[in-house]
Amino acid sequence: METVETFFQWLRQSYGIKITIGYDAWDRAQFLAGLWTTVKLSVLSIIFSLIVGVIGAFAQGSKYLILRAPIGIFVTFFRNTPPLVQLYFFFFALGSVLRVTTETGGSAPMVSAFSWAVISLSLFAGALNTEIFRSGIEAVPKSTLEASESLGFTRFQTYLYVVLPLALRISLPSLGTNLVNLVKTTSLAYAIAVPELLYAAAQIWSEQLNVREMMTVLLLTYILLVAVLVWILGRWEKALRIPGYGV
Amino acid sequence: MWLRPIPEPDARVPGHMDVLLPRRSHQPPALNWREALFNPLTLTLVFAALIASVIGTAWAQDGTPGQASIPSVLLKWTPLLAQGFGYNILISVLSMAVGTLLGVLLGILQVSPVFVIRKFAWLVTQFFRNAPWLVLLFYAILLIPFQVTIFGVTMPFPGWLKAVIGLSLPVMAYMSEYVRGAIQSVPSGQWESAESLGFSRGQTMRMVILPQTVKRILPNWMNLYAVLTMATPLVSIIGVDDIMGYTRSALSAEGRPDVLIPMYLYVLCWFFIYCYPISLMTSRLERRYSVKL
Repeated sequence: METVETFFQWLRQSYGIKITIGYDAWDRAQFLAGLWTTVKLSVLSIIFSLIVGVIGAFAQGSKYLILRAPIGIFVTFFRNTPPLVQLYFFFFALGSVLRVTTETGGSAPMVSAFSWAVISLSLFAGALNTEIFRSGIEAVPKSTLEASESLGFTRFQTYLYVVLPLALRISLPSLGTNLVNLVKTTSLAYAIAVPELLYAAAQIWSEQLNVREMMTVLLLTYILLVAVLVWILGRWEKALRIPGYGV
Repeated sequence: MWLRPIPEPDARVPGHMDVLLPRRSHQPPALNWREALFNPLTLTLVFAALIASVIGTAWAQDGTPGQASIPSVLLKWTPLLAQGFGYNILISVLSMAVGTLLGVLLGILQVSPVFVIRKFAWLVTQFFRNAPWLVLLFYAILLIPFQVTIFGVTMPFPGWLKAVIGLSLPVMAYMSEYVRGAIQSVPSGQWESAESLGFSRGQTMRMVILPQTVKRILPNWMNLYAVLTMATPLVSIIGVDDIMGYTRSALSAEGRPDVLIPMYLYVLCWFFIYCYPISLMTSRLERRYSVKL
């Protein structure tokens, strides 16, 4: 740790490159906290968006219009409107209505900015996941469904044990693209003052006036995060591969 | 045999034989653009969105007398919002133009026979493709000087121009990937026959390969434009005038909490009405072109 700090100090004194997170403990703590928030935001949004996608795709395959139509409208609307405006809508518009009265008589928001970011990002990515899963489900061969039906599976059991495992594998490549996009989109939470990576970096560069250095560190950190996700998805894809099933 | 009636010979189908029925392709009939844009589903969705904004109103209204009704408030701010939305469209069109031009060049470099150029183009593409749009916007806004001096003339470099540059970077990277994929999907026989006809590499690229890639890139390109348009509100975060900035000004001028939900829904509808036809046309094109490959 000592040598690392000396190195960054030397970098600053000899070349004027101020990577403050290298030698300033406060800045480093702030940056790492931001990184942790971004990771939490990404993981939670990924999980919830997958849940939304699975439920949405199940409902889209339903034979009842009453179930299909709302999901269709939800997907179409969320796919064709800007995620930032959605986030603003949730945080500023719905957030201003959903308030509770505290014990001291003041009014406090019921849902924190972080939670609104998770909700908004999950719904946005979930709408895209619904479409992705639906096309995966449509790619499952009809004969497989007939086989499971003839074995006495109910529609729900067929979906859970037969269709979903196959559809997941078929839709994995486009799912990966969408999840990578989701991680990139978490930077929008900056706009509603969630202390994530971009927010922490902006705090640091406005205090230390080292925009160029922090910006580069920030970009590289995001690319590292995306690289980790791509690696995990690659491993997952390899582990789930069905021998002989042409994808 | 008697279960199914033998069909009458169909003179319209060439090659018809009594024993072997011709294979019919099951292509869905292509819709014209008018049907694609103004079908019942589209209209229902648009109206549902508009009605939702009015219902949201009634739900959030406190019922204070002497206040303007919510639709009239929305109507009052519509010219300003339209102006802001115009800026969004302008920024998206300019970014798309710049990004497409650079992206095609970068995509061609990605299939260059020179290893170093190829690797460099790949690196640039991956870098800008995997960085968040907002971070790239910050990059452009904070690191491009606010004025430039060319031949002794100092010109200001306005924020919206920097925003255009910042947004065109990811567009360039995505476009580069599409172009690379499309070039590589052209059968190698095309290259070989062009070579045997005495075309140089540049000529082959320009006259033989690139024209064939247009069809493959077009749906992706349109989708990218829709994504870009939906990314333009980001410029409000870095202080460039656009519909989001104007919306927030309008909301603070009104100072009424009950307008919040309808106003944001109204803005969402603006984007929806602009982007939905594009995505409909994209899926239509995708379906039409995917059959022929």
